[in-house]
Order: sequence, then C-alpha cells, then structure tokens
Amino acid sequence: MSTFDDPFNFDRELTRAGCICGRHRSPAEHDHAGRGLRCEAVTSEEKRYEGVVASAVMRAVFPRDAARRAFLKSVGVSTALASLSQFFPLKLATEAFAEAGAPEKKDLKVGFIPITCATPIIMAAPLGFYAKHGLNVEVVKTAGWAVVRDKTINKEYDASHMLAPMPIAITLGLGAQPIPFIVPAIENINGQGITLAVKHKDKRDPKDWKGMKFAIPFDYSMHNYLLRYYLAEHGLDPDTDVQLRSVPPPEMVANLRADNIDGFLAPDNVCQRAIYDGVGFLHILSKEIWDGHPCCSFAASREFITGSPNSFAALTRAIVDATAYASKAENRKQIAEAIAPANYLNAPVTVLEQVLTGTYADGLGEVKTDPKRVDFDPFPWQSFAVWMLTQMKRWGQIKGEVDYRQIAEQVYLATDTKKVMAEMGLAPPSTAYKSFSVMGKTFDPAAPDDYLASFKIRKAS
Amino acid sequence: MIASLRFRAAIVSVALFLGLLGIWHLATRSTATVASMSPEYARLMGVTATQGKSAMPGPLDVATKLWEHVKRPFYDNGPNDKGIGIQLGYSIARVGLGYLLAVIVAIPLGFLIGMSPLISQAFDPFIQVLKPISPLAWMPLALYTIKDSSISAIFVIFICSVWPMLLNTAFGVASVRKEWINVARTLEVGTIRRAFTVILPAAAPTILTGMRISIGIAWLVIVAAEMLVGGTGIGYFVWNEWNNLSITNVIIAILLIGIVGMLLDQVLARLARMVTFQE
Repeated sequence: MSTFDDPFNFDRELTRAGCICGRHRSPAEHDHAGRGLRCEAVTSEEKRYEGVVASAVMRAVFPRDAARRAFLKSVGVSTALASLSQFFPLKLATEAFAEAGAPEKKDLKVGFIPITCATPIIMAAPLGFYAKHGLNVEVVKTAGWAVVRDKTINKEYDASHMLAPMPIAITLGLGAQPIPFIVPAIENINGQGITLAVKHKDKRDPKDWKGMKFAIPFDYSMHNYLLRYYLAEHGLDPDTDVQLRSVPPPEMVANLRADNIDGFLAPDNVCQRAIYDGVGFLHILSKEIWDGHPCCSFAASREFITGSPNSFAALTRAIVDATAYASKAENRKQIAEAIAPANYLNAPVTVLEQVLTGTYADGLGEVKTDPKRVDFDPFPWQSFAVWMLTQMKRWGQIKGEVDYRQIAEQVYLATDTKKVMAEMGLAPPSTAYKSFSVMGKTFDPAAPDDYLASFKIRKAS
Repeated sequence: MIASLRFRAAIVSVALFLGLLGIWHLATRSTATVASMSPEYARLMGVTATQGKSAMPGPLDVATKLWEHVKRPFYDNGPNDKGIGIQLGYSIARVGLGYLLAVIVAIPLGFLIGMSPLISQAFDPFIQVLKPISPLAWMPLALYTIKDSSISAIFVIFICSVWPMLLNTAFGVASVRKEWINVARTLEVGTIRRAFTVILPAAAPTILTGMRISIGIAWLVIVAAEMLVGGTGIGYFVWNEWNNLSITNVIIAILLIGIVGMLLDQVLARLARMVTFQE
C-alpha cells in the first residue's frame, strides 16, 4: 500500500512495498498507469495530507499488518477511527502536516558546470524560481564532470547538473560505484556544435578528417556519442581513424589556439568562445545531427528523492518552471545577462547572447540565425535513455545483455515530471517513448537491438 | 662613494624587473593581421579577432586588473564569486590546518624514529614508498573515501607535507652528538628530560629545515588540490578564470601565489634562525 491509500481500507496492505512513485500497489500497476497516463491525481491536497497522516499513525500503532486487520475486523472502521482520534489528534496532525508539506530541507546545494547547458539550474537562482517554490538553493560551480559526480554521490550536493548519460552510467556503475540516480528533468536540448580550427576552413567534408584530433568533454556524454555517430556516418571509425580526447571545455579553446587539437564537439558557449577569440569556426550545430537531442540533465540520487520527497518535488518544480521560462525566445536576452557574471558562467555577455538568442557569428565571416540553436524542454523521454544505452553498447562502454527499458524507466523519471508539468498548467506529452531520427535514420525505441545491429561501424563486442 | 653591496644588488634587481616588463610589453603589443569583416559581424566578435589584440595580456592590462582586485579584496557575491583576499584566506587556512596536522604527527613520530634504530628500519620502506606520491594522485582517493571535498584537500596537504618533516626530524634526532647524550646520561638525566633539554635543542635547526621544506610543498599542493575540487581558494580562482580564458587574472593569481609562498617561507626561515646557535 502506498502513502496515499486509505489506511482504514481492509483490503489494502500497509507495507512500504509498492511502485516508485508511491501511488500504486506494485510497479506493474504504476507502469500501467504511466503508459496510459492514468496516474490519477488525488482529489484534494487536504484529503491527501489526511491520508498520509492517518497512514503514518496506523503504521505506528500496528507495525504488523495482521494486527491492523484484526483490529479493523473486530471494531469496524468507524470505531477504529474514533478510538484512534481519541488518543491521537488526527485533525490537528493533518493541519500540521499540511504546513510541513513544504520542503523537508529548505537549504539545498546544487552543483553545476559553467556552460550554457546549465542555464535553467543557474538562472533559477538569480531570477527567483527556487525562492518561489520555498527553497533556498545555493548553486555551486564545480570543476569538472567527475567532481560533480563524486560530490553528488557523497552528498555534498543534493542534486546537480549532469550530462544526460551520466545518471545512467552511475546507476549502472560505469566509472563509479553503482548508485541509483534519477533524472526528473532534462536541462537543455540541442546547444552543442562541432568547431574546427580556422586552418581547416576548407576541409568541410568529414571524409578529409582522417588522422585529426578531436576533443570531447567526458566519456559518458552526448558529445561523445554524437561526435562518434557523426564520424561513423561519414565512414570514419572514431576509435581508429581519428583521436578522441576527453578535455575540459576551457582547455579545448586554448588547445585549438595552440594547434594541439583540430576540433571539438562541445557546448555552444565554448564553440562561440572559440569563434569570439578568432581561433575556430562552427562546422555544424549538433542540432543538424539530431534536432531536439537531449544534452544535459538535472539529476539526484534516489536516496535524496525518497529521503526528502517534498524538497525534491519543489526542486523539480522550480527547474521545470525555469526551463519553461528559458524556452521562450523573448526571455533569452535577460537570461544571458543574468547568468553571465562571475558568480555563474563567468563569460562575456556577447558570447552567451549569441548562443541563447541564436543570432551568431559563425567564424567564417557570416552572421547566422537559428533561434533553436539551444532550446529547453524538460521532459525526460525514456526513449532518449534507450538511445544512449544503444550507443554505450555500440562503443563498448557496456557489454552483454542490456535491459534497455528497465534501465530507462528506472533512471528517467517521466511519470513524475509529467505530473508536475500538468500541475503547472503545461502540456506534457502523452507517451514517454517517442521516436526520433538521428541524421535521417529513424530510431525505434521498441527495437533497440535491431537499431544497434544496423550500424556498420561499431566496436566489436 | 662606493655604495653598499645591498644597495647595488637592489639596483640590479630593479633594472632586471623593468627590463622584463619592457620585453613583456613589446612582446604582447600585437598585432596580427585582421581580416576585414562587416560591422555587424565584428560586433559579435572579441577584440583579439577584431583589433588583432594579442591573446596574451600585457603588463598594463595586468596592472589595471591587479589594482581592481587590490581595491576590493574582500567582496562576497555569493558562493562562486568572492574577492581575491577571501580566496587567499581560504587557501592559507587549509594549508595551515593540514600543515598543523602534519606537524603534530611528523615531529613526535620523527623523534621516535630518530631515537630508535629498530623503529627507523621498520618504518623506512613505508616512508620511501609514500614519500614520492604526487598530491593529485591522492585526491580522487581522498574524495572517494573521505566523502568531503574540503577535508580531502586538507588531507592531501597533510599527506604531502608530512614526509620531509618526518625525515628531517628523524635525521636531526639521530645525528645529535653522542658526547652530549653521554654527558646527559652520566648526569643521570631521565629520558623525557633528555629528549627535551638535550636532543630537541640540538635537532631543532634540522627539524625547522624540514618544516620549511614542508610548508613550501603544502603551498604548492593547495593550488592543485583546489583546482581539482573547486569551491573556494586561490586554486579555484585560477580554475574559474581559466574557464573564462582570462589569462590576465591567471597571471595575477600566479603573482599572488608566489608572494604568499615567499612570505610563508620567510616566517619559517626566521624561526629557524632563532633556534640555531653558533658553535
């Protein structure tokens, strides 16, 4: 039985076993409701709180379910309720709980990496989205992806900005000890690009790139998978024909200037910075590889979510709220100014404005316009996770059988985000598995293994 | 009139400094050829691309920026933006704490090792293996096991500054002249008293030399450690400005790190002079 069920109902079990959202008796029932979008809302907030409190009391009075059933059977529900109310002021407790329904923990720490992908997480602080949801959030700039991972795992951060594949990798124990992580919201879609050194101006055909050195920010990143995909589609084996290096973004620009690498696939503000400094040009936007691809995510450990569900819900609401605000083109200039100071991205406003408004210098002397260069859409499609898993398998990061669906549903928390979006009057999509196409090739989330088998270039496993 | 050696040396130092500044200024004066671009395009580009300004800042850029920092060393604009004085303060506090822990461990242990050949030989292989490990090699391990970044940074300072102190203390204690100890023994001085009144004063200069080497190492380590864990401190400042590709601020940080390191070293050098006696 879940927290929200009626504790005076004889048929229900009063144990904690249930689904992840806590509103269904079993994971199967939860799945069913999720797929059919019938994760039914509770009638009213007050009613819900009443149920929660009564459950807690019943659970405390009758730790063993058999005893509770015996009690209900012998005295009847109304007597049970009356006698329980006699020594425990249910009404009062419910009121108290309704007030305490606010976050368990108000002062939270959220880590971020200073790139435009973190826009919703960062802007929620200066623009007051966290405060609006009753939270006092400190956003902490962090020195690298591995450090974000470690600091979130060791609970210095309550939640953090992560690359979309990272929570999957952490949950699976790739490059870290396996700890269940959850993604309630995607930070940004699109917003990356392939930048090449100015001297390669004439080598616009990837077939000429054999032997080049490219940088990516992290192994478990969309950058890695997209660049590999792009190269492979052009007949280059990313493991043997070129060199891929994991390099922190600021060093990418410096290395490009120093002629140490030939190009990189990196967040847009890094691409734009290379152009701004006159050392590189934009070959293509990642949007041209896969329009609408996820890039970074907002992630927290399952432990935080179960330990402080109200804080987590408020945090998710704030992020979804901020993401919705960031997705509107007319707000982008204001956002660029809000996140540019040293406290946040510590970057020139001109660079951020070009990224966020989509009117940018391409490094080859032209001004281009693409308002969807970076976009914001919080919905964590589970099919995104399935795609990432196929690529992890394709490049040998995971071996053997993969239960794509199970991992995707465990990590990408579509059901809860859908609920939050609906509560806020936004329109959530109707299924968590959408199909999309990457470089013209359609991905069917129902048949990941066939998709994987269709690639000619892949690491032999 | 023949000026004193000190005065002449000062003149040469100043001349060298001005010469270096001059070369620096000339080398960074620019200008690469600038491609012609439309004004609309140029508006979106940085000064390096539009005016051919050197990517490397000149001494004047650094001086202006340095003045800005010195004017407001202690501002605090939230968790990620603090004045350079505060950043240095964090670093010095971390170094101080890690170093203090190292002193507490290294000096008594060094004493023990120096006084007992058995313990000395037993500890030797461990010390030899642990001594050459780089601070950054410890960092991921510390983060993983201690699970707290600022304690990890302090731990790394500790583990890196403990060895020179330990070895120097042990060496100093072991090489106290046998006659002195024998005299003490003839006078029936107890072990504890002997340690404090005979061995400690005799070994003090060597111990302080070890401590001086250690503080240098600790200050080297803190910058690297803070660059890795982030958050606060001068190392974080360098990383943050590197992230912004602001070489000017990186140069300023390097300058300040050098000055603080020198001051720390001077403090211990003075202490060492105080306990050294001429025979």
